[in-house]
Amino acid sequence: MKRIYAYEEFCLGCRLCEINCLVQHSRSKKILKAFKEERGKVLSAIHVEESGYVSFALQCRHCTDAKCLEACITGAMHRDEKTGAVLCDQDKCVGCWMCVMVCPVGAIRRGKEKSVASKCDLCAGEDLPVCVANCPNEALVYEER
Amino acid sequence: MKNANQKIVVLGNSTAAVGCIEGIRENDGTSQIVLIAKEPEHAYSRPLISYLLGGEVDDSRMTYRPADFYKRNRVEAHLGLEATGIDVEKREVLTADGKRYSFDKLLIGIGGLPIVPPMKNANATGVFTFTTYQDAREIKAYIKARKVETAVVVGGGLIGLKSTEALHKLGIKVHLVELADRILSITFDEEASRISREQLEKNGVSVRCGTTVDEIKVSGGVVSGVKLKDGTALECGMIIFAIGVRPNLKMVEGTAIQTNKGIIVDEHMETSVKGIYAAGDVAEAADALYGGKRPIPIFPNAYRQGKVAGKNIAGEPMVFEGGMPMNSVDVLGLPTISVGITAPQDPAGYEMLSKKSDNPVSYRKIVLKDNRIVGAIFIGDIDRAGIFTGLVRNRVDASQFKDLLLTDDFGLISLPREYRKHMVSGEGVVI
Repeated sequence: MKRIYAYEEFCLGCRLCEINCLVQHSRSKKILKAFKEERGKVLSAIHVEESGYVSFALQCRHCTDAKCLEACITGAMHRDEKTGAVLCDQDKCVGCWMCVMVCPVGAIRRGKEKSVASKCDLCAGEDLPVCVANCPNEALVYEER
Repeated sequence: MKNANQKIVVLGNSTAAVGCIEGIRENDGTSQIVLIAKEPEHAYSRPLISYLLGGEVDDSRMTYRPADFYKRNRVEAHLGLEATGIDVEKREVLTADGKRYSFDKLLIGIGGLPIVPPMKNANATGVFTFTTYQDAREIKAYIKARKVETAVVVGGGLIGLKSTEALHKLGIKVHLVELADRILSITFDEEASRISREQLEKNGVSVRCGTTVDEIKVSGGVVSGVKLKDGTALECGMIIFAIGVRPNLKMVEGTAIQTNKGIIVDEHMETSVKGIYAAGDVAEAADALYGGKRPIPIFPNAYRQGKVAGKNIAGEPMVFEGGMPMNSVDVLGLPTISVGITAPQDPAGYEMLSKKSDNPVSYRKIVLKDNRIVGAIFIGDIDRAGIFTGLVRNRVDASQFKDLLLTDDFGLISLPREYRKHMVSGEGVVI
């Protein structure tokens, strides 16, 4: 399946991916509205890790052997049959955080507005995930390996 | 597809059984699968029974897999049918309706049975255990009919805590009684137990440790109170025994299938009888941290073991890497996660790092042995706890980043470059 890969050699640590992800997953999908009306409620599913001169952006790896799928007590966490993406059905999720406990890259966050798992959905419906599309230095790529 | 025309019988309908079916169907779309389960419900989420009792979810959200799960996986499901025995020689499962189901391969995924200490009046109306959907329904109906105001929960482990939480949400005053000197003593260290106890007490739960129920008081056949070993008398409208579960071995007793505490399985989840597998709370499988074998009755283990069994049943070799205890428990609004060895019985040889704060309540502890992380506790701030679980599972040498383990922004970036790249790219991907 196609996945997002990060190059720490090219990452500038500008965090544009975080902003674009957050806006994409806001209700309005508009940056100003998201900032003014939904600040603190909507989360970015991508997270830039930084230490000294090194930085890279990280989101759900959509693992082949996904621990979150096995640990999910409700069946909310599931694999999309068409794309292979690991997705969370937020209507089924009860926020037990078993997925947070087992995700080896720490890519699942606790929702702010609703106490449910919040994670990368590969921007379902978009040709290219917005973090990749808006990375100014091609430190994020979306490809099959 | 090596084993495409087998007759497979799956006993049980919970996490391990579902994992097994999904494991089989990843590689074998044609073998016949017959599922036999005592409980009548469609595959439901067992941990959600406490959410159901507490009114956080309704019946529509209890399903663990979609309504077409059996159909899509071509499973002939016999729900509400009790298997009574296994004829190992003839390779048949016997059921309560007098029928026999023959099999080439069998999965035993029938879970555990709740422990009720033998004592007078343990069968009285108002005494419950809490492990099934039906238990949740009965408790709910009982509370409503009898207008229960006070309850005693016996056992300060996971089920005891979840029972307490559900009853608390219903406005019932709970006395939580634990025989050990602290609650959650199996998964937590003393500090984490203390914080959890404070959280319960702050919310009006009365916690009594170092004692247990000595006598169940009954009035007109119905529970009216308890007397504890320490002499305390408590009035209550109901009692939930949540002391623990033990593997349900009734069906395999007297057969050639070897048991100890649970059904002993090898790395393929196969029992001592070829072609017969066991998974989940009923199984005694490899322990990743202490070595040897023991039952580790937790949800992710049950699924993994079921899946491993399913893969092997389908002829696709897969090995169970060994289980380790881990739990994510919300203690009345305070999130907690524990993984692996959190309070070694003999601390010699272990290194413990910890930090805590009172406001907001937060605690983090990392346990190392020979520079490898073997356990961790998170209270309050549980974000990214899974990174530590991964480090425990992958036995990563932490000597290079030990001084960063307790920092707030600990992340993949804190790890050695090669491990980090491996985590980010996924297994088998060349960077």
